[in-house]
Amino acid sequence: MPERTVVIASRTGLHARPAKLFVQAAAAQEVPVRIRVGDGRPVPANSMLAVLALGAVHGTEVTLDAEGPGAEAALDSLAGLLARDLDAEEASGG
Amino acid sequence: MAETGGSPASTTGRPAPASAPEQGTGAGTGPGTGAGTLRGLGVSPGRAAGRVCRMAGPPRLPDPLPVADPAREAGLALRALEAVAAELAARAARAEQASDPEAGAILDAQSFMAADPGLHQTVEENIAAGMDAGHAVDAACTHHREALLAAGGYFAERAADLDDIRNRAVAAVLGLPVPGIPDPGHPFVLVAEDLAPADTVNLDPATVLALVTEKGGPTSHTAILARSRGLPAVVACRGAMEIGDGTWVSADGTTGRVETGIGEETAARVQREAAAERRRLAAGSGPGRTSDGHPVELLLNIGSAADLGGGVEAEGVGLFRTEFLFLGRRDAPGFEEQVAAYEAVLRAFPGGKVVIRTLDAGTDKPLPFLDLPQEPNPALGVRGLRVGRVRPGVLDVQLDAIAEAARASGTRPWVMAPMVTTVAEAEAFAVRARERGITRVGAMIEVPAAALRADRLLRGLDFLSIGTNDLSQYAFAADRQHGELADLLDPWQPGLLRLVGECARAGRAAGKPVGVCGEAAADPLLAAVLAGLGVTSLSMSAPGVAAVREELARRSLARCEADARAALDADDPAVARDTVARETVARETVA
Repeated sequence: MPERTVVIASRTGLHARPAKLFVQAAAAQEVPVRIRVGDGRPVPANSMLAVLALGAVHGTEVTLDAEGPGAEAALDSLAGLLARDLDAEEASGG
Repeated sequence: MAETGGSPASTTGRPAPASAPEQGTGAGTGPGTGAGTLRGLGVSPGRAAGRVCRMAGPPRLPDPLPVADPAREAGLALRALEAVAAELAARAARAEQASDPEAGAILDAQSFMAADPGLHQTVEENIAAGMDAGHAVDAACTHHREALLAAGGYFAERAADLDDIRNRAVAAVLGLPVPGIPDPGHPFVLVAEDLAPADTVNLDPATVLALVTEKGGPTSHTAILARSRGLPAVVACRGAMEIGDGTWVSADGTTGRVETGIGEETAARVQREAAAERRRLAAGSGPGRTSDGHPVELLLNIGSAADLGGGVEAEGVGLFRTEFLFLGRRDAPGFEEQVAAYEAVLRAFPGGKVVIRTLDAGTDKPLPFLDLPQEPNPALGVRGLRVGRVRPGVLDVQLDAIAEAARASGTRPWVMAPMVTTVAEAEAFAVRARERGITRVGAMIEVPAAALRADRLLRGLDFLSIGTNDLSQYAFAADRQHGELADLLDPWQPGLLRLVGECARAGRAAGKPVGVCGEAAADPLLAAVLAGLGVTSLSMSAPGVAAVREELARRSLARCEADARAALDADDPAVARDTVARETVARETVA
């Protein structure tokens, strides 16, 4: 199954606005995407509660996986999102 | 000003234990709309009148129902969750519009929780297993709550957001009023058991006229919020929740009196009088002075430079709480970020006084990055300056940043530590601050032991600042959050005033300033008593400054000193307050 491993870049971790942006983007993908921390159980990336329960902070390594047509593009786009400091973008964007 | 019987000061309220409906409102016999008087503690000055709107508590689930039509139950439950998600998204948008992006982000994330497909799936599974809609939502939220708690830290704190979703969705399923701040479509007096921080995010000062709570004390969240917004507030008001929705009431946040069933015309008159009073106070300006010119500095309590935008005239900042920089953080804020935040405040008062308090945290105000172990008794544990015993680096970085901000802004800030208890602690703090070039070093007096040693503390320090909220808590062995003990936390308690007087006397002997930065400083009559005790500055939330300035200007220093003696001589806080208020009225009558 295609996978991407990425380090959470947002300063405050995967919660509040960064979590919202990620869950929103995951829900907009054409394939279901899952996310896990290390060898943990993968959870649906479109579930805010499941994503928060990962407890992923700044610097945590997470792995995304997906299967089916468009999986590679979906993973690239979501991994790219997590690799950006979404808090900093929020601050500079006003 | 008062409807009957002279000045409101002559009808000063009694604290909680004496409060009970005097007539009419019929506690225990269902909501009343009749005429009567309730008494509580006035904690935020000013008067207001309007119709009552009560805040609904969390809905109670009835016994489980047998389910005849699972599809109907599922529809009911999911529609409720969708409605909650939509309401939260709308509140997020309002917060964004009100330039509160932090609250907006939290509400947005909460909206996504309510719309979570995983949550919806659990609800459907519960219904398939035979639960009714209400119990299915309740059980699903409980299930996901556990997962959040297990994630710890910030993520565990989001469990409260899920509880809020549970309460809203269950109320929607049961057809009960929505918990949270009501929105009746007209201005109202908000009546509640008590208010939590989350309830107040969307409190609109244009529609909420006053706050009246059944519980809470002078240092409760409700009281602090009301003072920072300039909203009249009465807490510990027994019988308040018995007032029927729509009843016309007036609330006096100075005396603690709540008049019920007053009628629309009287309410309109109270509102006009209150507006005139606010205009009159707003016209006052200049430094704090007694009528004979004795200076009492009027300063502001702030959390960041953003709190200085209100246009209130003050002589400086008496309490700059630095916690805001550290809250909700997984890592401590860096040196540069701290320098920028401190410099912004120092530059706002180039010639004036700015008192910076170093980080006041502990297990009662937990900060994730400190990673302090749980304590059985947090208020008596590792908090304030004591955090330095286990995490010394945090204070070092903060003092470095304050020193750098002072150099960059060309100012000389006053810097004090919270929760100083012994002379040795004060000396160690002073050494650390002075070796970085900080020249004005002081201590908060919140612990009775420190108040009793004020003279010795001042040998090595330049000033003291009395935090009356915590000093009350520790001197009276009464938890600040405990609604039943509000009377013990009354800042007019003669025992508390005696500790304040002890510190002020030490300050006078040493020729060094001793201020009060607890919320007690915002009570105009008490401010006069504090000045009479020898306190040299009063620091408060911005809305309190004008009334305190005016009250001080009405009396000479000798009068303040006589008021202070009378208050110290009283046997309980209500008598102390009544005595000083009566003296004030008597003198005005003669004049």
